[in-house]
Amino acid sequence: MSDIFTDTFAWLTDPDHWSGSGGIATRLLEHLEYSGLVLLIAAAIAVPVGLFIGHTGHGRVAAVAFAGALRALPTLGLLVLFALLAGSGLMPPVWALVILTVPPLLAGTYAGISSVDPTVVDAARAMGMTELQVLFRVELPNGLQVMFGGIRTAVLQVIATVSVVAYLPLGGLGRYLFDGLVLQDFPRMLGGSLLIAALAIAVDLVLAVAERIFLPHGLSIDSRGGHKAAGDLAAAAPAGAAVQGGTA
Amino acid sequence: MAEAMIEFQSVTKQYQGGQPAVDGLSMSIDKGSITVFVGPSGCGKTTSLRMINRMVEPTSGTITVAGKDVSNEPAAQLRRSMGYVMQSSGLMPHRSVLDNIATVPRLNGVSRAAARKRAEELLDVVGLASTLGKRYPSQLSGGQQQRVGVARALAADPPVLLMDEPFSAVDPVVRDELQQELLRLQRELAKTIVFVTHDIDEATVLGDKVAVFAVGGKLAQYAAPEEILRAPANDFVASFVGRDRGFRHLSFNAADAVRIHPVKTVEAPELAAGNSEWAVVVDAGSRPLGWASPRDGAGLIPGGSLFRRGDSLRRALDAALSSPAGMGVVVDEHGRLVGVLKADEVLALIEETRHKREDAT
Ligand SMILES: Nc1ncnc2c1ncn2[C@@H]1O[C@H](COP(=O)(O)OP(=O)(O)OP(=O)(O)O)[C@@H](O)[C@H]1O
Ligand SMILES: [Mg+2]
Repeated sequence: MSDIFTDTFAWLTDPDHWSGSGGIATRLLEHLEYSGLVLLIAAAIAVPVGLFIGHTGHGRVAAVAFAGALRALPTLGLLVLFALLAGSGLMPPVWALVILTVPPLLAGTYAGISSVDPTVVDAARAMGMTELQVLFRVELPNGLQVMFGGIRTAVLQVIATVSVVAYLPLGGLGRYLFDGLVLQDFPRMLGGSLLIAALAIAVDLVLAVAERIFLPHGLSIDSRGGHKAAGDLAAAAPAGAAVQGGTA
Repeated sequence: MAEAMIEFQSVTKQYQGGQPAVDGLSMSIDKGSITVFVGPSGCGKTTSLRMINRMVEPTSGTITVAGKDVSNEPAAQLRRSMGYVMQSSGLMPHRSVLDNIATVPRLNGVSRAAARKRAEELLDVVGLASTLGKRYPSQLSGGQQQRVGVARALAADPPVLLMDEPFSAVDPVVRDELQQELLRLQRELAKTIVFVTHDIDEATVLGDKVAVFAVGGKLAQYAAPEEILRAPANDFVASFVGRDRGFRHLSFNAADAVRIHPVKTVEAPELAAGNSEWAVVVDAGSRPLGWASPRDGAGLIPGGSLFRRGDSLRRALDAALSSPAGMGVVVDEHGRLVGVLKADEVLALIEETRHKREDAT
């Protein structure tokens, strides 16, 4: 049993497997490219729609039903269907994956915007903000934390499912899974799946850092000066945050 | 006759289904004064208030502010010309206190530096330490948040201030403090303030004029608070104003004519031992600390409420009734002991005031 692990380790550490046109470095880059393309297109559709629904409340029911229906579609089936209908090339599978990525992004964006305290939104409007100002200066920054949750889920999902485009056959880390299966090369399969998992974790870490950077500072502090998230890396509390609690 | 600032002309608001929330409201709100909307829950106070800055659009009728129909002005621009304070502070959690206060000036295109500077001044105006400016709303107490809410509403120096139960979520002591400070601010700023509350006491303390609403946004009575307490227009107003209205009405009568008697004072309760009468215990600055009883000898007995010279009959009666010695302690503007007043004499004065009023009408 221990053979497969040492073999996988050997496969992963063999420098010959890293370079060249079918090497790990190339596959990794392809994988990132496909994922990035899918996310970009899906976000361009889902975020504006999610912002609109979250802000106005219009079309909420329709969007929930629609997103639910999309989620129920089988990944591989959709991919093959698109390839059959639209022919070979990169775009048909990308579109198929976009369809699967829109629902979680849309739900996350919508949930973020509608999580903002309605009295804060009401006050912002009563101060004389226009609807766009309310959306971008109040709802978006305050909904960002919840939105990030949805975005991270969607990104992880894309990185995992982009592997299936290798079935068509295209590149990406999924190649190692399909080729390994055909060749009965189990170290290659296991190595490929480890690489996909590692990539997902790395990207999630990057997003966690991005979240910390983009999240407005006021939202990461608890009342009375303490930081909300346990193990929050953010540096010092704002000056005066920890000092006296009384009124003058 | 005061100049009108805000005018409701047959204003009706009907939400989907059910009765109108506000039905044919016509009233005129004086410039530079505090007008209080008071009434039971659901009677349309908030709806009426929010129609002024178009947060709610009337179904029919017109509202004018400074002679201009509000429906002709873009809503966002109109709202920036009116401060708005609500029950929950509604501060933006992601912005510091200073940036929250600076919101409207920033919307009006004032530079960030100038808006911050203005915000710092306003912290002081509403009685907050400047160190609080860098905090976030979640790091403030409820009372402090309401003060920031008031500062934010004042930031662009709007002529009109709309306040919807701004003090009802804070404890009674802080509420009293905030009310007094609003009155102090108003003496300097002379804004046109529309203030919503369901607390008749708050209405009579703050209002230059009080509008009592009945269900459906119907004006049951619109008059000076004194008149509402003295002469409720109908049974609804009388029952809303409540059982204590006779007592509350005393707030409007000066107690200048009440006799002030000298009283024995001691600097420490022990010194009163062997005394045959009650003595006021005072500190070195002759400020009253409490009472020393002739019976118990040593021991400071907490005093009742204090009557400051110039206070109302209500305060005089309360001082007399709340004192363990049966005598109300009178102090001057600096809190120094002046003497005592007696309950029976206060009651006689109340009776005398009543007779005078009867003769006058
Ligand atoms: N957005 C709305 N949609 C439907 N009905 C509403 C809405 N807002 C208020 N109402 C109804 O209108 C009536 C008046 O409401 P309003 O909020 O003006 O009362 P209020 O006097 O401010 O009461 P409270 O003292 O409880 O705040 C109520 O019957 C309420 O249910
Ligand atoms: Mg209300």
